[in-house]
Amino acid sequence: MQFQFDPVFAEMDLIVDGIVLTVLLSAGAIVFGSILATVLAALRSLGGRGARLFVDCYVELLRNTPFLVQLFMIFFGLPMLGLRLSGTQAALLAMVLNLSAYSTEIIRAGVEATHKSQIEAGMSLALTRLQVFRYVVLQPAFAKVWPALSSQFVLMLLASSICSFISVQELSGAAAIIEQRTFRSFETYIIATLIYLVLALALKVFLLWLGRRLFPQVSGLERVDARAEAA
Amino acid sequence: MTTFGWPEFMFLVRATGWTLLLTAIAFVLGGIAGGALAIMRLSSRAALRRIATVYILVIQSVPVLMVLFMSYYGLALAGFELPPLLAASISLGIYVSAYLAEIWRGSIEAVPFQQWEASASLALTRAQQYRYVILPQAIRISLPPTVGFLVQLVKNTSIVSVVGFVELSRAGQLVNNATFQPFAIFGVVAALYFVICFPLSRLSRHLEKVLHVSRGH
Repeated sequence: MQFQFDPVFAEMDLIVDGIVLTVLLSAGAIVFGSILATVLAALRSLGGRGARLFVDCYVELLRNTPFLVQLFMIFFGLPMLGLRLSGTQAALLAMVLNLSAYSTEIIRAGVEATHKSQIEAGMSLALTRLQVFRYVVLQPAFAKVWPALSSQFVLMLLASSICSFISVQELSGAAAIIEQRTFRSFETYIIATLIYLVLALALKVFLLWLGRRLFPQVSGLERVDARAEAA
Repeated sequence: MTTFGWPEFMFLVRATGWTLLLTAIAFVLGGIAGGALAIMRLSSRAALRRIATVYILVIQSVPVLMVLFMSYYGLALAGFELPPLLAASISLGIYVSAYLAEIWRGSIEAVPFQQWEASASLALTRAQQYRYVILPQAIRISLPPTVGFLVQLVKNTSIVSVVGFVELSRAGQLVNNATFQPFAIFGVVAALYFVICFPLSRLSRHLEKVLHVSRGH
C-alpha cells in the first residue's frame, strides 16, 4: 500500500479556496445566527403568548430535523416558491437558520436563569422593559451560556461540511472534486480532516479568548461559583 | 414523470426503518466503545487516559462527514469489503463513541467522590466499585444527555448516503429526482425525522426534570 500525496497537493489552490469559503460561511452563520437568536430570545421573553408559541415552534422544528434536510428544503424547495438561491447562498441561509434555533434555546436558558430581583432592581431605576432586557438580563445571560454557545459554534463549523451535498465548494466540496480528479480518496480526505481539525481547534481557542475579553468580570464570578460547588 | 403518491410515501416510510436500524446499530457499537473510552479516560494509568483524551478530542473536532469518509476509505484500504449498512454503522459508531465517552465520563464524575471512598473502604476492587456502586448512580445521571445525543445521532444518519447506504434522506433525494416535487418530498422527510426526534427531545427534557427533583432531597 502506497500513499501518494503529491497529486492532492497539486490541487492546493482548490483547497485554499475551500478553506476560505468554509471560514466565511461559518463566520457568517455565527454572526447572523447569533443576532437572529438574540432577537428570537428577546421576542420569546418580552412578547406575548403568540410570539412565545412562534419561537418555540421555530426552535423545535429546526432542532428536530437534520441540517441536510433543511439544506435540501432551501436549495431545492425555495425555487418552487420563486426564490432561487445559489448553492453558497442556500448554504449560508441554512446555516444561519439552523444555528439560530440552537442558540435561541441556549440563550433562553441563560435568560431564564436571571433572578427576579435583578429585573425588579432594573425596573426601579426607571429603565424600560427593553433596557432591562438588554443591560440586566441579556448581558449576564450571554456570559453564563458562553461556553455552551461556543461549542455550538464549533459544531456549526463542522456541520458546514454537509453543504458539499449541494455542491458548495467549501473545504469538503473541494475535497470531493480533488478526489474525483486524482482518485486518491484516502489521501484527499485525510488532508481535509486534518485541516478541519486545525480550524476547529483554532475556533475553540479563539472563542475562549473572546469570552475572556467580552466577559472579564463574570469569568471571575464563575470561578468563585465553581469553587463553591466543588467545596 | 411520476408524481409523489402513496407508493413513494411508503418508500420513504420503509427508508425510515433503515434510518432507525442504522441508529440502533451505531448506538450499540458506539456505546460499547464509548463506555470503554469513558473508563479509560478515568483510569489511573496516564497512558490510557491520554489515548482516550486525544481520540475524543480529535473525533469531536472533525466533521462527522470526514469520520465517515476516513473510516470508509480506511477500511477499504485495509482490505475490508463491507456492505453499506455495516460500513455506515461502523463509521457512525466511531463518531458516537467519542461523544458518548465524554457524556458518560461526565456522569461518572458527577457521582460524589465519597461514594468511591466508601466503597473502597469496603475492600471492593475497582471493577466492583464500578459495577455495584458508581455505575448504577452514573447511569441515572447520564440518561437525559444520552437520550439528547440520540437525537443528534438520528439526524446525523442523514449523511451516510456518502458510503452508499439508502436511508431516509437518500430515499428523499431519489424520490425527488424521479418526481421533482422538492417541497412536498423534503417536507415529508422532515416530518418523518421530526416524528422520531421530537418525542426523544421531550423525553430527554422530562428525564432531566425528574432527575433534578429527586436530587433536590
